Amino acid sequence: MSVAARKLAELAAPALLVLATALLGLEVSSYLQAYFLDTLVKVAIVVALYVFIGNSGVLSFGHVSFVALGAWTAGVLTVTESQKTIVMPGLSHFLLTTNVGNAASLALGAGVGLVAALAVGLPLMRLSGLAAGIATFGVLEIVNNVLNYDQALGPGENAFQSVPSTTGIWQATIGVLICIGAAFLYQGSRFGRMLRATREDPAAAAAAGISVYRQRLVAFGLSGGLAGLAGGLYVHLQPVTSSGLYLDLTFVTLAMLVVGGSGSLLGAVVGALAVSGLDSFLSAAENGVDVFGWQLTVPSGTAEIVVGVLMALVLILRPSGLTGGRELSLPRRRAAADLQKARAPT
Amino acid sequence: MTLAFLNLTWPTFANGLALGGVYALMAVGIGLIFGVLRLVNFAYGQLIMAGAFALAFGAQWGLPNWLSIVFCFGVVLALSVLLDLLVFRPLRTHSPAVMLVATFAIAFLLQNVALLAFGPLGKSAGSLALLNAPWDIGGVEIKKIAVISVATAAGCLALLQLLLTRTSLGLHMRAAAMDFRTARLLGVRANRVIGGAVLVSGAFAAVAAVVLSVTEITVTPTFGLQDTIYVLAGVVLGGLNRPVPATLGGFAIGFASGILGGVLPSNQSQYLPSFLFAAVIVVLLVRPNGLFTRGAGAVQRV
Repeated sequence: MSVAARKLAELAAPALLVLATALLGLEVSSYLQAYFLDTLVKVAIVVALYVFIGNSGVLSFGHVSFVALGAWTAGVLTVTESQKTIVMPGLSHFLLTTNVGNAASLALGAGVGLVAALAVGLPLMRLSGLAAGIATFGVLEIVNNVLNYDQALGPGENAFQSVPSTTGIWQATIGVLICIGAAFLYQGSRFGRMLRATREDPAAAAAAGISVYRQRLVAFGLSGGLAGLAGGLYVHLQPVTSSGLYLDLTFVTLAMLVVGGSGSLLGAVVGALAVSGLDSFLSAAENGVDVFGWQLTVPSGTAEIVVGVLMALVLILRPSGLTGGRELSLPRRRAAADLQKARAPT
Repeated sequence: MTLAFLNLTWPTFANGLALGGVYALMAVGIGLIFGVLRLVNFAYGQLIMAGAFALAFGAQWGLPNWLSIVFCFGVVLALSVLLDLLVFRPLRTHSPAVMLVATFAIAFLLQNVALLAFGPLGKSAGSLALLNAPWDIGGVEIKKIAVISVATAAGCLALLQLLLTRTSLGLHMRAAAMDFRTARLLGVRANRVIGGAVLVSGAFAAVAAVVLSVTEITVTPTFGLQDTIYVLAGVVLGGLNRPVPATLGGFAIGFASGILGGVLPSNQSQYLPSFLFAAVIVVLLVRPNGLFTRGAGAVQRV
């Protein structure tokens, strides 16, 4: 098994999981398809989170604010002007008169996420540990607070109505695959490797000439951009609200990353799919579902509780997550044989 | 007599002091647990929420106020001990980041349990609302609850000071906060020290629940959540490692938000969280180890 094939397996495993989910989503009724679309967008957000948290080992509570900024950007720029005067009466003149297409709005969402993350990261990436956790939390609070009240930027507290719903299975899948591809390319690049070195041992990495600050900033910017893209996908899927892009989403996406295993791309995707699948099933069960002939109905709110218990249990019993923080590893038989040959006396 | 600065009046000043007092108690509650366990308890707000629901049920059942308050203490202390046994104890050996995420999960779990059990609209805990009536102090009308909460906070902190400096449990807690492993080698019993810290922390959460439920009568599943986020920011702002700076940080953020909330016109005060968190971020950038700590603090250990 060559090195290239092994590397490719790292990319193929999460990508195939996403494709399988998408194909399954094409087959089901449009009622169930909504859950699949939601799942795919969550995968994109969790992969964005993984790029920073997984590679750097630094906790961030602030990424959902980049999702929110991406959603606001993509949403405001695609609602037609005549609709904007009705839905968002307080909008500033520039945003009111500017309109772009679907793909451009997603790209701009990603761009705004990237720029915001770089601007925030420039000062904040000097912090680590608890100070970083609280400071990124502060970013989440500030962005949520401003988007919630500033009617010049968007709909404020109201839901984002009248955004063209372009996020179908294909757009969602392509978006997720872009995120996975970017995460894969990044973690294999010298930047990704340097950042992972700082995760394992910051002092040793610094001694080897790696700027911890610079590497964290690069990853923070990239993951902010991917989060912005995911936000764009989200706003084109359903009428989001600022309160929906706040603590609950932060909790759910962090839970997904932790349950899957924050140390690997595969873990991020597996965690997002597993938790989202469970969450969707229980949410559907709140309206009653048919399980092998048994009518199952659970009280509303069960989904959140089960996910919370699951997250706590995984953290206590298996803190490295379901995948143990490893990528899919192909059998190493050939490599072992080569090694034996090399060791054999000649 | 007025404070002729911006719109600052004596009642606003008193409200700021009162909120600062409650936040200082919460900061101590979070700081004590951090001292012995190195664990930031994100679920602290949900302890307060549980206590407030206990008060609301006490009011609904027509219990006398003192019995409601005893019930509130019972619920919060029981929940604290349960959290310690089921969550904190298995997590003790994990890294601080894992523990922070875990308590974040517990916080949401408890909040959703409350949502499932009591619904989103909440219950009314109005039996202590008569404390919102003003007292006339030297021609200035100040809410009774403001005076009471400042006095309660001061009393609780004084009691804690006595506990920490005059009893052997307090000595053990201080030793454990300084260096847990060495303290254990010298015969400090880990479970007893942690149990003590959990109980004191829980008691302070109950006090905070009683005081907060006077001004915020409707108890919902998110009761105390925003307060806890502020206090966490304040605690990190002051410096988590030492109890006094942590308390000062909690007081400072409560005082600031109380005063600014009263002084600013409503079209600006809606951005109060932004102002406060921007200030917190700036302070953290200048002094990552906290505002009120002396020296460079612990450098990253190699």
